[in-house]
Amino acid sequence: MKVNVKLEVNADPAEVQVEPRETLLDVVREHLGLTGAHAGCEQGSCGACTVLLDGEPVRSCLVFAVQCENKPVTTIEAFGRPDALHPVMDAFRRHHGLQCGFCTPAMVLTAIALLAENPNPAEDDVRQALAGNLCRCTGYAGIVAAVLDPTARP
Amino acid sequence: MPPAGRVRARRHLDRGGVKAAPFDYLRARSPAEVVETLAADEGAKVIAGGQSLAPLMALRLARPTLLVDIEDLHLDTVAVENDGLRIGAGTTHRTLERHATVAQAAPLLREAASLIGYPAIRVRGTIGGSLAHADPAAELPAALVALGASVVAVGPAGERVIPAADLATGFLTTTLEPTELLVEIRLPAARRGSGAAFCEWAPRAGDFAVAGIAVVVERNPQGVCAAVHAAACGVGSTARDRSEAFAGVIGERHARDSLLRDVAGRFDHELLGLLAARALHRALERAA
Repeated sequence: MKVNVKLEVNADPAEVQVEPRETLLDVVREHLGLTGAHAGCEQGSCGACTVLLDGEPVRSCLVFAVQCENKPVTTIEAFGRPDALHPVMDAFRRHHGLQCGFCTPAMVLTAIALLAENPNPAEDDVRQALAGNLCRCTGYAGIVAAVLDPTARP
Repeated sequence: MPPAGRVRARRHLDRGGVKAAPFDYLRARSPAEVVETLAADEGAKVIAGGQSLAPLMALRLARPTLLVDIEDLHLDTVAVENDGLRIGAGTTHRTLERHATVAQAAPLLREAASLIGYPAIRVRGTIGGSLAHADPAAELPAALVALGASVVAVGPAGERVIPAADLATGFLTTTLEPTELLVEIRLPAARRGSGAAFCEWAPRAGDFAVAGIAVVVERNPQGVCAAVHAAACGVGSTARDRSEAFAGVIGERHARDSLLRDVAGRFDHELLGLLAARALHRALERAA
């Protein structure tokens, strides 16, 4: 069984033919070539596949693409460019909030969603918001410092 | 969209990665269609937010052959009617955290919802899904038992109302028939003089709690505690009513140390006893 799914990805319409078992992660990475969403555990534990669905962070490995009909999806590719980083990305760079970078796109998207809802989070708010995103390099201190940095506000 | 050159060759779905077994998919348009579909196909399973089902499918611990998506039924209304709160089964945990009506009429649900998983899980996960999944560590079933809630299920014979305390029978097992769809949760709105708290302990924020407890106290107009309802999660095979452990609180006004110690001592599980005393203390303060 293949199903036609229409989505809006990074403000552009997209249409894909998928098996129902293909996840939103499969669609953004394998069908659309948006490889900023990373396939880590693919069972909802690591958070590396985080994208924004309807503006809210979701684990794209725990959402089947067929569930996303007509919904807006935003991936890390919608934010910043190598020569013009998004303020959250730049704060991550300055605070050493990344080493290998595998968790970083998901961390940045989660931080962007947090700051959109709460522009002045306390450290505990930041830690709670990022609790579902695992990083095995940094020990989180640089990540938390980056999100708390006032210059990270868009 | 990226330039076409960046699109990589698609990996074969079954080579590497973690992938659900094949299934068919139906977007249901009415509860009746869900019930008919469930009755016609025993491999069919309802999906709401999918935050418990999708991981089980990814690990192939669950292999439904047909997923019936209930999102288009829009079972996500929250309303106060005749003094009671009615919550659509498709209401997400995030909505429970943010909805002004929930904050006012059932602050315990707001607190319990905020403890579930991570923000990205709460955006998708639903109250009905949590109840139907019946994970013994889940917060909402315990909170709803303590609040004296009931759930409404629709099946081939029509509607049925089930007390939340009678819903789960064991680990991931409920009294819902395979052909029934949970559509609504009903509970009394918080009254003047009532206070509630949910306390749990998990090794890391967002992990499944090792133990948790919901406590609801009600003071009479003189400020004396007239009733305590409590339910625990994480420590048994279902959310269990533990109101009996709080019998000594009736007639009291303050969370005296000796009272808290007495309550804690009524639990065999030391951590749960500590959490019960903490939740009672908070609930009494909030009921002031």
